[in-house]
Amino acid sequence: MSAATFRIWRGERGDGRFEDYPTTVSEGMVVLDAVHRIQSEQANDLACRWNCKAGKCGSCSAEINGKPRLMCMTRLNELDLAKPVTIEPMRAFPHVRDLVTDVSWNFRVKQKIQPFTPCAPQAADGTWRMQQRDVDRVQEFRKCIECFLCQDVCHVLRDHNRHDSFVGPRFLVHVAALEMHPLDTADRMAELREADGIGYCNITKCCTTVCPEGIAITDNAIIPLKERVVDRFYDPLKALVRLMRRETRDERRETS
Amino acid sequence: MAHVSLPIAPRRFGETKRTDAWWIQPAVIFLLFSTFIVYSTWAALQGNHYTYGPYLSPFYSPELFGDSAHAWFGPRPGWWPSWLLFSPAILILWAPGGFRFTCYYYRGAYYKAFWADPPNCAVGEPRSSYRGERHFPLILQNVHRFFLYFAILFLVILLRDVWDAMWFTDATGHRTFGIGVGTLVLAVNVTLLGGYTLGCHSLRHMVGGILDRIAERPVRQAVYDCSSCLNRNHMQWARLSLVMVMFADLYIRLCSLGVWTDWRLI
Repeated sequence: MSAATFRIWRGERGDGRFEDYPTTVSEGMVVLDAVHRIQSEQANDLACRWNCKAGKCGSCSAEINGKPRLMCMTRLNELDLAKPVTIEPMRAFPHVRDLVTDVSWNFRVKQKIQPFTPCAPQAADGTWRMQQRDVDRVQEFRKCIECFLCQDVCHVLRDHNRHDSFVGPRFLVHVAALEMHPLDTADRMAELREADGIGYCNITKCCTTVCPEGIAITDNAIIPLKERVVDRFYDPLKALVRLMRRETRDERRETS
Repeated sequence: MAHVSLPIAPRRFGETKRTDAWWIQPAVIFLLFSTFIVYSTWAALQGNHYTYGPYLSPFYSPELFGDSAHAWFGPRPGWWPSWLLFSPAILILWAPGGFRFTCYYYRGAYYKAFWADPPNCAVGEPRSSYRGERHFPLILQNVHRFFLYFAILFLVILLRDVWDAMWFTDATGHRTFGIGVGTLVLAVNVTLLGGYTLGCHSLRHMVGGILDRIAERPVRQAVYDCSSCLNRNHMQWARLSLVMVMFADLYIRLCSLGVWTDWRLI
C-alpha cells in the first residue's frame, strides 16, 4: 500500500474546481478503482459514469493527467504518483456533474448518417454472400466501443467547437464501416463532404493515439474516405473517366 | 446537429494538464523540417558540385538541362532569362517537394509543428478560428495524387541513377563495373524513397483501397497488401527518406569538393 493524491474536477454544468483527495493505493489498481475508493471513503456525492470495468463499455472516459483515457484501463503504475493525478471530465461535451458529461450529441449525429443499405439478396434463399477478406477491413471499425475519447481529443470539436459542421472521428469510422462494406449500396460521398465535414480533419492523428481499441482511425478510415471524396469531387481525370463510361453505357443501351 | 458549448473554458495557447514533455515532438519535427527546407533550398540554388564520378545528387535528378554528363538535353537552354538564376534543381524539385508538402503524414506533422493547430494532442491552440482543409488554400492539398504520379516517375529515374552509379570511368576512358560508398548511399536513398512512395495513402487507395470487394481480384489484393504493409510505417519512411536524400546530396557535394573521399568497395 502506498499513498497518492487525486486532483478531481468537482462541480456542475461547467462551474467547478479541482479538489485534492489523498488516498491509499495498492498494486494492480486502475484509476477507476481509486475513484471508487474516494467515492466510498471521502466523497459519496462524486459523480462518475462506469459500467463494465473491462474496457468494453466505453463509459468511464475522462482526462487523466490531461490525456483522454478510459479510467478502467489506466493502471496506476503507469502514472507518476509522486505528483497529484488530475482527473477531469471530457472537454468536448457539455458538462453535467463532476466527471460526467452529456454525450447525447453523438447519438443525434449517428441518426443522421445514412444507414446500412444492402444490395438485393444474392442467393435464391434470400441471403447474401461475402468473402471474409472483404469483411476484414470493416471489422476493424466494428471494434469501436463508443467511448468518444477520439471525439474528445479532436481539436475540431474540442477547441473549435464545430459540432454543427463536423461529425468527428467516431462517426467517420462509422461511415467508413458502412461505405467499405461489400454489400452496402448507399452513396454517402456528398454527405461526407458537406454535412459530415470531412475536410475539417487535418490529420493530426490524435484520435488514433487515444483509441483504446487500437483502431487505426486516421490511416484506415479517415484518409481512405478523404481519398474517395477526392475521387468524386476533386479529380478531373476520374471525372473524365466517369463521363466516358457513362457515354459508352448510354450508347450500348441505345444500340440494344 | 445542435450547437454544444464546451464544459470548461477553452484553454489558452499551450495550456494543458498533460504532464509529459508534449512539446518535444513538435519541436523536433520543426527542427528537422526547417533544416531540410534550408539545406535543400541552399543546395538547389548552388548549381554546382552535384555530381561526382558516376554519382548524381538526388536533388538534381533528372538533370534536364545542365553542364554535367548526366544532363538529358544538354546545357542551360537559350530561352532561360539571363537575369534569372539557373540551377538544374529548380526545374524539377517542385515535384518531390509538392509530393511531400501534400503528403498526409507531413500535413499532420507541419500543422502541429509550424502552425500549432494543435501544438500537440489535448494542448491549447493559439487561434480560435479554424477552416480546416475545406476551403482555399488548404483545399488544394487534394492534389496529392497528381504529385504521386511524378514521384513514381522520379523513383524510376533514381533507380536508373543507382545503376549508373555502378559504372566508373577509368583514366583510359573505359567504363568498368564497381561499387563505391556513394553507390550504396544512392541505393539506400532510393530504397527509403521507395518505401515512402509505395506506402503513400493515395497509392494505397488507387491500387485497392477504392474497392469494397477485393477478394475477387488476387493481383490487386497482393499489391494492396504490399502498399498497406509499407503504409503502416509511413511516418518512419517519410522521416528516414527525408534525412537520407539530404545526406545523399551532402555526400556527393563533399566528395566533389574534395572534403570526403569516396571509397571503392569493388
